[in-house]
Amino acid sequence: MGNKLLLDQGSGGLASHRLVNDLFFRHLGNSILARMDDAALIRPKGPLAVSTDSFTVDPIFFPGGDIGSLAVHGTVNDVAMLGAKPLYLTCGFILEEGLDMDDLERIVASMGQAAKKAGVKVVAGDTKVVPRGAADRIFINTTGIGQVVAKTPPSGHRARPGDAVIVSGSLGDHGLTVLSSRQGLSFEAPVKSDCASLNHLTLKLIKALPSVHVLRDPTRGGLATTLNEIAQQSRVGITLEEPSIPVKPVVASGCEILGLDPLYLANEGKIICVLPEKDAAKALTIMRRDPLGRDARVIGMVSNENPGKVVMRTGLGGRRLLGMLEGEQLPRIC
Amino acid sequence: MNSFEALRDPKLCKDVLAKIEEAMQGQTLRFMEVCGTHTVALFRSGVHSLLPKSVVHLTGPGCPVCVTHESEVAAYLELAARSDVIIATFGDLMRVPGPGGASLKKAQAEGARIEVVYSPFDALAVAQANPGDKVVFLGIGFETTAPTVAATVRQAKALGIANFFVMPFHKLVPPALDALLSDPAMAIEGFMLPGHVSAMIGLTPYRPLAEKYGIPSVVAGFEPLDLLQAILLMAEMKRQGKPRVVNNYKRVVADEGNPKALSILYEVYKPGDALWRGIGMIPGSGLTVSDAYRKHDAFEALNVTLKESKPLPGCRCGEVLKGIMPPNQCPLFNTACTPATPVGPCMVSTEGSCAAYHKYQLDLSPGH
Repeated sequence: MGNKLLLDQGSGGLASHRLVNDLFFRHLGNSILARMDDAALIRPKGPLAVSTDSFTVDPIFFPGGDIGSLAVHGTVNDVAMLGAKPLYLTCGFILEEGLDMDDLERIVASMGQAAKKAGVKVVAGDTKVVPRGAADRIFINTTGIGQVVAKTPPSGHRARPGDAVIVSGSLGDHGLTVLSSRQGLSFEAPVKSDCASLNHLTLKLIKALPSVHVLRDPTRGGLATTLNEIAQQSRVGITLEEPSIPVKPVVASGCEILGLDPLYLANEGKIICVLPEKDAAKALTIMRRDPLGRDARVIGMVSNENPGKVVMRTGLGGRRLLGMLEGEQLPRIC
Repeated sequence: MNSFEALRDPKLCKDVLAKIEEAMQGQTLRFMEVCGTHTVALFRSGVHSLLPKSVVHLTGPGCPVCVTHESEVAAYLELAARSDVIIATFGDLMRVPGPGGASLKKAQAEGARIEVVYSPFDALAVAQANPGDKVVFLGIGFETTAPTVAATVRQAKALGIANFFVMPFHKLVPPALDALLSDPAMAIEGFMLPGHVSAMIGLTPYRPLAEKYGIPSVVAGFEPLDLLQAILLMAEMKRQGKPRVVNNYKRVVADEGNPKALSILYEVYKPGDALWRGIGMIPGSGLTVSDAYRKHDAFEALNVTLKESKPLPGCRCGEVLKGIMPPNQCPLFNTACTPATPVGPCMVSTEGSCAAYHKYQLDLSPGH
């Protein structure tokens, strides 16, 4: 049995200092964080994009990632979707007494690597240790700050009739991975989370194509929910071509077994990009050159028809609504 | 093209659609499917939106969650409130409203211990992990699910897991079809029979459809071509005046069903009466735990009784389930009754007829 986290390590005393110095600084340290003042001093330029998110994923380790890398990718991606270059992160940890120290180390190391890859600095942090049962092992909050690069920042309100809808790759991977590792289910082929920071790719898109109207990462609620939000915010209709929507065969069949729809499952490394149709080919070329966008495709179009709604044209040429879900998807009986 | 792709091939489907149009010969026919998976498959594939106007395709009592009676919901909620009980259930049941809008979701928020499981055998593991508690598995489902639940009860007995109980709220499809057809208001001219249920029970229980009521029926799979072929076969039998029970899902369903699964089923259970939401009592349409397994029967062992509960005010689920009223013509549809505030169970489960309409139907004007 490895070392376990003690309440003392969140006390603010010497035990806390050791935890911060030995573990957090080692993986997340930089000159700004190292000053150890009450607040970080940063000097960003221009308009800023700010986003915050809390991470409570269960299990904390899953194929393709862990709660630490997710806490970096998730917030970096939210900042990036505003056409911004993410620069800084803050991290708040709520740790449960008794947490395995090796697990904590693995998670913080994974955050450090993810931050490095994304090119962001962790400039402020906080750690609390709560009694056993008051939290589920580890919760992480991250806030991201980025410098807006786009002249007119992309927004869910800017989809226009005649725009093409592009998705950067296969859908539902993260959601099915987390669900199946939580339940201990396995499928005929392994599933893996797509968890990744998308900021380098979005930056390439924004710089080459100022005409990008919308960038969103379809996390909770999946593609279907995000597109419904865009349709409602922009008061437009979106029609999707079902055969064009990329879903990996193992995800499709896993979802079929569990009675889930991959289009409502979370993604943590995918971009929805809405832009004028004439620029779609260029956007696809940029995306496909990047490993994170290799399977990018045009999946539908924006129009004046059925404003506020997302309509699916099926492989047979039939039409149906792709609406919002009431709550979480519930696995069905038969 | 492999056979799986062929079942989704747009051109093959178009050909069958044209043949359906031809077979209809200008008359209007009312067909019904009685399987929630068919309901969803018809909408999701777009087949529903492509059918000729002359085909009125309705959704019957095909979702086991939808037909779970208010009294049954009240009974399991009463158990959920007991401090020494852990309820193990399939996820579908979490939002099903009982009397006064109570549900397992709400009970959970109030502190009830509820485990959502993917297989009844998972519930057995919960019982083993919590020896001081009584674990009650909610046995909801048709003939498809019931044999697995029966196998679980059998295993509980074999392993001596005394704190595992089942609430047998299973429903049987053929007696329900019989009850529906004996209602003169019911005007169905063909049944699309459930693929999974039929894989268990085979064709024999459906013979009365043709022999007693003169109605054609087709056991169908779930791919677009399966659905369309079933509709074509029903239309052709209707036109020829030769009603039969046809197995058009032979790649999964054997005419004689699955005798092994049925023998486990009837070792643990025996037929009994059952309450169906919106329909009421249907004799012989349910299952009760047989005497050899009574120690695992929640009714018997935990002293549970079904109490009469008032029908939900304004709810027309009964008429929807009988195909008398399309979901979108119910006065509560999309007004008082939505997936956020389901009045009747047809709106709750993703496979419920009203929830499917709400979720997939683009045009909700009458006649669609």
